[in-house]
Amino acid sequence: MSAPAMEPLAAVQRPASLWALYLAFNRLALQGFGGVLAVAQRELVERLGWMTREEFVETLAIAQVLPGPNVVNLSLMIGDRYFGVRGAFAALAGMLALPSLLVLSMAALYGSVARHPVVNDALRGMGAVSAGLILATGLKLLPAVRRNPMGRTLAALLAMATVGAVVWLRLPLPWLVLLLGGLGMAAAWRGLNQGPGKA
Amino acid sequence: MMLGAAHADLLDLFLHFLTLSLLSIGGAISTAPDMHRYLVGERHWLSDTEFTSSIALAQAAPGPNILFVAVLGWNVAGLSGAFAAMAGIMLPSTTLVLAATRWARRNKDSLGVRAFSAGMAPLTLGLMLATGWLLAEPYLRLPAHRHATLALIAGTVLLTLKTRISLVWMVLAGGVLGALGWV
Repeated sequence: MSAPAMEPLAAVQRPASLWALYLAFNRLALQGFGGVLAVAQRELVERLGWMTREEFVETLAIAQVLPGPNVVNLSLMIGDRYFGVRGAFAALAGMLALPSLLVLSMAALYGSVARHPVVNDALRGMGAVSAGLILATGLKLLPAVRRNPMGRTLAALLAMATVGAVVWLRLPLPWLVLLLGGLGMAAAWRGLNQGPGKA
Repeated sequence: MMLGAAHADLLDLFLHFLTLSLLSIGGAISTAPDMHRYLVGERHWLSDTEFTSSIALAQAAPGPNILFVAVLGWNVAGLSGAFAAMAGIMLPSTTLVLAATRWARRNKDSLGVRAFSAGMAPLTLGLMLATGWLLAEPYLRLPAHRHATLALIAGTVLLTLKTRISLVWMVLAGGVLGALGWV
C-alpha cells in the first residue's frame, strides 16, 4: 500500500519551510485579539496538524513555567524543533513583527487609547468572547490527559484544584508550580515507574 | 514622552527590562507593577494614565499581550524606546527557552522530563480554564450586563466546541454586539 488514503489520525504534518513557519505564526498572532492561545490551538493542532492535542498540552506545560509569555515561548519551541535557531527566530518574527507594527501604529495614531463609550462597549464584547474562547480551548484539550501516566481521575482532580487555587485563592504561578505541579510530577513519576507502556 | 532621548536613558530602559525578563514567569504582565514603579514613579517618563492606556491599547490589538512592552517603550521614547524595551524583555527569556527546550528534547525519554511534562499537563489545562474564568469575571460583576455577557460566553464556548467558525470572526462579532449595546 503506497498511498494511504485514510485520514491521518496520528500522522503529524510539519512546516515545509522557514517561510511557512513565519506565515503560520504571523497568521495566528494577527487573529489573536485578547489572547493568542485559543487561536494557537486551533491553527497548530486542528488546521495545520503540526502537533497532536497531547503534544500541544505538553509543550505548553513547559512554555508556561519558563519566563516569558507562554505563546511566545511556544513559538520559539516549535520553530526550534523543526529548523533549529533559524526556525525559532522565524516563528518569533511571525509572532511579533507585523503585530508590533500594527500596535505601534495604533499608539502613534491615538497617542493614548480613545476613550469613547462605544469603544469601551465593543472592547467589553470582545473581552467576553475571548474569555469564552479560552474556556472552550481548555475544555477541548481536557481529553489530552486521558492517557496521562498519573491516571485520568487524579489528572482531572489536579486540573480542578488548579482552577480553584487560581480563581479563589489567587495563588501566584510559582507557588502553583511548586505545590500542585510538584504533586502532579510525583504522581506522574510513580505512574511511569509502575507501568511503562501502560496507558 | 522623553524628548530627544539620551543614549544613556535608552540603555537604562533596556537594562531595566533586561532584569525583569527572567522574572516574567506567567507572562510579562506579572512584572507590570515593577514597570509602573520604574517608568511612572522613579523616572517620571510616563504618567499613570499613559501607563494604563498603553496596556489597554496592546490588549485591544491583535497579537501576543507582550506587545504592551513595545507600547510602553514607544510612549517613553518612540521607536528606539519600543525597541530597547522589547529587546530587554525578550533577550534573556528567549535564550533560556531555547536552551531549556533543547535540553528537554535531548532528554525527552528520561523519566524526569516525562514526569515533568505529564505532571504539569493537568495544571496547564486548569490554568487555561482559570484564565477564562478570570477574564469573564469582571464583566459578570456589572449587573446591567451580567446575563447578556453570560449568554455571549456560553454561545462562544458552544460555537468553538461544535463548529469550525474562525475565532477572529467570533471576537469581532462580540465587538459589534458590544458596540450596539446588546451585551
